[in-house]
Amino acid sequence: MLKISDLVKRYGGGEPVLKNLDLTIEGESVVSIIGSSGAGKSTLLRCINRLVEPTSGSITLNDTELTRLRGAELRRARRKIGMVFQGFNLVDRLTVMENVQSGRLGYISTWAALTRRYPKDDIRRAYELMERVGIAHYADKRADELSGGERQRVGVVRALMQKPEILLADEPTASLDPKTSEQIMGLLRDLSRELKLPVLINIHNVHEAREYTDRIVGMRYGRIIFDDLPQALDQEAMDRIYSGSPAADRAGGLKEAS
Amino acid sequence: MTLSDARRDDWTRFSLKQRLQRYAVLAFTLLAIAWAVSSIEVIWAWVWDAPEQMGDLFGRMIPPDPTNLAAILRVLWETVNIATIATAFAVILSLPVAWLAAQNTTPNRATLWVGRFILVSSRSINTIIWALLFVAIFGPGIVAGIVAIMFRSIGFVGKLLGEAIEEIDKRPVEALEATGASRFKVIAYAIVPQVMPTFWAVSILRWDINLRESTVLGLVGAGGIGIILQGAIDTFNWREAATVLLAILGLVILGEIVSAWLRRRIL
Amino acid sequence: MSPARIDGPTSGPDVPAGAAGGATSGATAPRDHWRKPSFIANPVARWLVYGGAILYVVWTLGTLPIDWPRVAEGVERAGRIFGGAFPPSFERSGLLIDGFLESLKIAILATFGGVLLSIPIAFMAARNIVPRAVFYLGRAIIIVARSFHPVIVAIIFVKAVGFGPLAGVLTLIVYSIGFVAKMLAERIEEIDFGQVEAMRAAGAPYLSTLIYAVVPQIMPRQVGLTIYQLDSNLRASAVVGIVGAGGIGSTLANAFGRYDYDFALAITMVIVGAILLSEAVSGQIRKRL
Ligand SMILES: Nc1ncnc2c1ncn2[C@@H]1O[C@H](COP(=O)(O)OP(=O)(O)OP(=O)(O)O)[C@@H](O)[C@H]1O
Ligand SMILES: [Mg+2]
Repeated sequence: MLKISDLVKRYGGGEPVLKNLDLTIEGESVVSIIGSSGAGKSTLLRCINRLVEPTSGSITLNDTELTRLRGAELRRARRKIGMVFQGFNLVDRLTVMENVQSGRLGYISTWAALTRRYPKDDIRRAYELMERVGIAHYADKRADELSGGERQRVGVVRALMQKPEILLADEPTASLDPKTSEQIMGLLRDLSRELKLPVLINIHNVHEAREYTDRIVGMRYGRIIFDDLPQALDQEAMDRIYSGSPAADRAGGLKEAS
Repeated sequence: MTLSDARRDDWTRFSLKQRLQRYAVLAFTLLAIAWAVSSIEVIWAWVWDAPEQMGDLFGRMIPPDPTNLAAILRVLWETVNIATIATAFAVILSLPVAWLAAQNTTPNRATLWVGRFILVSSRSINTIIWALLFVAIFGPGIVAGIVAIMFRSIGFVGKLLGEAIEEIDKRPVEALEATGASRFKVIAYAIVPQVMPTFWAVSILRWDINLRESTVLGLVGAGGIGIILQGAIDTFNWREAATVLLAILGLVILGEIVSAWLRRRIL
Repeated sequence: MSPARIDGPTSGPDVPAGAAGGATSGATAPRDHWRKPSFIANPVARWLVYGGAILYVVWTLGTLPIDWPRVAEGVERAGRIFGGAFPPSFERSGLLIDGFLESLKIAILATFGGVLLSIPIAFMAARNIVPRAVFYLGRAIIIVARSFHPVIVAIIFVKAVGFGPLAGVLTLIVYSIGFVAKMLAERIEEIDFGQVEAMRAAGAPYLSTLIYAVVPQIMPRQVGLTIYQLDSNLRASAVVGIVGAGGIGSTLANAFGRYDYDFALAITMVIVGAILLSEAVSGQIRKRL
């Protein structure tokens, strides 16, 4: 269970980008986060695995408080949080297998990592997962030889190799064509069911959010203003989420505050 | 309005300001040259004499004398070894220096400045000056030469490698940090593969340069073919000197061919 | 629309449930072996290369004529040298300044002479401008100029024209030709030949064609190269002096010869400072061009 309460993030000295945000994700549901650019979706996701330092508030994952971890403890917690990126973020010059196994770096010894002698269990798991997403025959290819959809599959497998307790995906399909994009969304939904894994997806495509996720969270200006089943996302809700600009919102927020 | 109404027949390529700037640069250049010519301490009679002297000297080099060819080739091979071993050690030693001197991998500001200091002092002191120092320390011989080449090469390789590290794609680094990998493993998996091509290219380039540099180490007593050359010149044995020069020419050209081949193979 | 092919079998891995020991349902044995494909695919060739490299290093290190006892004394000597070098002595700064100014003059004159001579040589060495025979001659001049380290060129000139800055200037002229003529020749080979043809079509003679159609295309590169070469020559002028070709290098070699390590350190510091300064200035100018 992921429980975020009273989360505030402020970059530098300006207005907070996340404002006293609360969000709880229970069970193995696929949750999508929508909102206009600059709403703070990426910031929220990155606060969870601490690629971005939260300013205040609390984030707990299965009863571990994440916001105060440091050094080795933080790394141990990060092992349990998988992340999939919009730009795939693969190491181009390594093979697909090495990219996939880099999801295990937090677990294996430095020697095994350097010599590429991965544990048998990890290799078996890698092949199974790659088989599952249809890239097993690329194991020895270099990552930059793959197409976008295939690369994102590598990204997904890398995250799953961590045996995560939650999967974060920051616009995982935004660099893909519509068909591949749907395939990846379907894959994330199915894997969530199969692996009993909660998945949190930032997405701009509302149609895909409705189609492939169990719950939609709408963000605007650092706050959650919608949180319901996909069916409940009507035109009125959409307008509330997407109208105006963060800047205009910000000005409005200031007026409210004063 | 007809074409002739314009009456623009005083075309110039540059505006007045541009022209003035150009004249200023030209005047400055001429002034610098005039200053250098008028104050440099040369005996002008020698200058006019120089072509004749050169012709005379080359005349005495012909034909090259190959009697010592076997010894020359043996020392030439030794020269290659100096260059190769020194490059190998330098390349290895430059790795930690590059790591220190790259802003995105260095542990803290103090280490960054240590790294930069090593690079600058290594790079701005020529191999020959390093060789002077190490001949004074280790005595004449190959060790001084190898260490001199190493000291100069560390800065060269380290600087280019450090820049390559600073220019990498940061996204894979972030992705691996998100998996909970330690700093060292992130470097090994996300940074090292990205700088590998630069690493090989720079190493080959430096080897090629070092081959040239190692031919002159002997002139300050630091081993290699330069010692034979110096000996031949000091005894006015110009025909043997010619053989040595031809051997060096052959070596350098061969080195260029080999490094071009390696570049094609590896990159 | 269904999410296509990957939606297929539900026999996905139940890995998080632990129990990885359960055999997979497929006919093939579980694949639990993987090796990174090697850069050299053939294992025999691979081991030959690795073994050869190791053998080479061990063998050369073992056979290089190294006087180990003498090397071992080095630590103590290094202590003495550095002890003598600190603090650096700027007492004879007159000598230092003279040496430095001489280096600067050598660099200026050599750049001027070298760039001037580079232009005709570069044209000679450009495949697309001159007849074959001239091209080979031009290339040969460049290769010879590039192949010999300036220090070697310097000792020859010192023998021919005597000690002093003249030998330094001549040396660095050769050095400049090796670089500037090579780069310029490459630029000339890349020029847009349409312009040359246009001039020819207009009936321009050979030399006018060069001046109007080729020179404007290479001029910007030439200016950049000249500034770069001035910087290089300043660096090199510190070195050729060590074998007697004038400039601050001669001052440095003398200081070393007289075991004046504190003065030598002062000279070295000035050289390093001058090189850093000239590198920064030349980089700035070339960026603006
Ligand atoms: N590293 C940073 N430093 C300063 N400000 C930042 C930084 N990252 C994001 N911001 C600001 O925080 C706000 C929210 O950014 P965020 O990337 O979280 O938005 P987003 O909802 O993910 O947008 P998008 O849909 O375009 O990805 C923006 O105003 C952005 O300018
Ligand atoms: Mg975003």
